[in-house]
This record gives sequence, structure tokens and C-alpha cells, in this order.
Amino acid sequence: MRTNDIILQTLAKSFMFVVIAFSFYVFLTGHHHPGGGFIGGLMTSAGIILLLLAFDWKVLKTVIPIDFKILVAIGLLTAVGSGMGSFLFGVPFLTHTFGYFDLPILGKTELATATIFDTGVYLVVVGITMTIIQSIGESE
Amino acid sequence: MTETIVEFLIGALVLLGAFFCLVAALGLMRMPDLFTRTHAASKASTLGVMLTLLGVLAFFWYEDGYINARLVLGIIFVFITTPVAGHIISRAAYNMNVPLWEKTVQDDLKNSYSKSKDV
Repeated sequence: MRTNDIILQTLAKSFMFVVIAFSFYVFLTGHHHPGGGFIGGLMTSAGIILLLLAFDWKVLKTVIPIDFKILVAIGLLTAVGSGMGSFLFGVPFLTHTFGYFDLPILGKTELATATIFDTGVYLVVVGITMTIIQSIGESE
Repeated sequence: MTETIVEFLIGALVLLGAFFCLVAALGLMRMPDLFTRTHAASKASTLGVMLTLLGVLAFFWYEDGYINARLVLGIIFVFITTPVAGHIISRAAYNMNVPLWEKTVQDDLKNSYSKSKDV
């Protein structure tokens, strides 16, 4: 018998976005403040797990139709690619740089190539956490 | 003069928050069964944490002149999630047939919940 979880489901539906938005914030401020790819990825998967607690795997696969193992591969490729990109400029592997750009809304913004590496870390953390939860949760 | 008043208010907020957290801990110790304990713990600690965070927010606003948006988010988050956590815990306990306090006179959920075996 399945009891109705309407309170938990309403909370999960509305607050998953708050958790994921805050995880993006933590991810993007990682250069100058505490945060970064690892903690951002963990918080994003925490938001997805909140959805998973209130609903089940079928709903999650409809909402987020991603195979999380592929996410790990994409993340590793992004991280390696950000290291390999330094070969184009004739500098050692994983040399990173930054510069200041005028973006339309944000104004003068510091953009660093380390963010690309951090994106890789983020994707790997989300992918691995969700794969672990999935393989534990679905083994009957 | 304003300085003293503002500092007093900030201190009062933080101390009141700590006081409510203490009340929550005392309620957790002294209440007779699980449902009254969740009643004490979820409500008093929510108010205590919210007042403390509000005091911290006011302190940084007054002292450094910036509003920390993460604290505002934290206040809203605690305000909405803690009661839901209390609700989930006490409902799970009711479904697991956790006994009520022996002096309980009324059980409104007795017939509306079919106490499920497969919780």
C-alpha cells in the first residue's frame, strides 16, 4: 500500500530548484570564495536525491533523462580537454590563465579557464554520486 | 544612542534564538513520548535557528553594511524544511505503531490511517 506523500512531494518539487540554484552559485563562486566543483556537484546530486526520496526512479528518469555514467565520461573528457588546451599555446599541461571581459549584463567579469576544469569535476561528481545511489537503490 | 539600541536588538535576537534552542533540547529530554518530543523539537528549534540567523544577518548588515543573501536563503530554507521533517518523522513513527503516551485521551488518526505493515 502506498500512502500519499503530498507534503513531501510538494516540498521536493519546489525546493529542488532552490537546492540546485544554490549549488550553481557555490560552483561559480569557487574561484574567490569557499565552494567549487566538488561541493557544487554534491549539492546538485543532493537536490536530485531529494526528488528521488519524494518520488521514485521512474519519475526521475522522465524528469532527467540522462544516463549518469555518460555524465562521468563527459566530465573526465572536459577536464582532460582543459588540460590539453594548453598545448595549443605551447605551454605545459594544465597551465591555466584568466582574463577580464565585458559581458552584456554582468559588466566587467573575470573569466578563468580553471572554470572549465571545475565543470569537469562537477560533472564527474554528479555522475558518480548518482551512479552509486542508482546501483545501490535498484539492486533488489 | 542608535548604536546602543541596534547592538542591544542584535544581541537580543541571538540570545533569544539560543534560548529557544535550549527550550527545544529541554523539551526533547522531558516530553513523555515521541510525538510530543517532535512537537517540541521541530517548532522550538526552528524558531531558535531562525532568530539566531536573523541576528547574524542584522549584525553583518549593521557592522559591514552588506546583506548576506545566503543567510536569507537559510532562514527561508529552515522555516520550510524543518516542519516537513517533523511531519515525516512523526508519520513514519505512527505507521510503525509507536505507542502514544499512556495518558493520551484522543487518537484522531485511528480509523483514517490503515496502519500498513510494509512501511
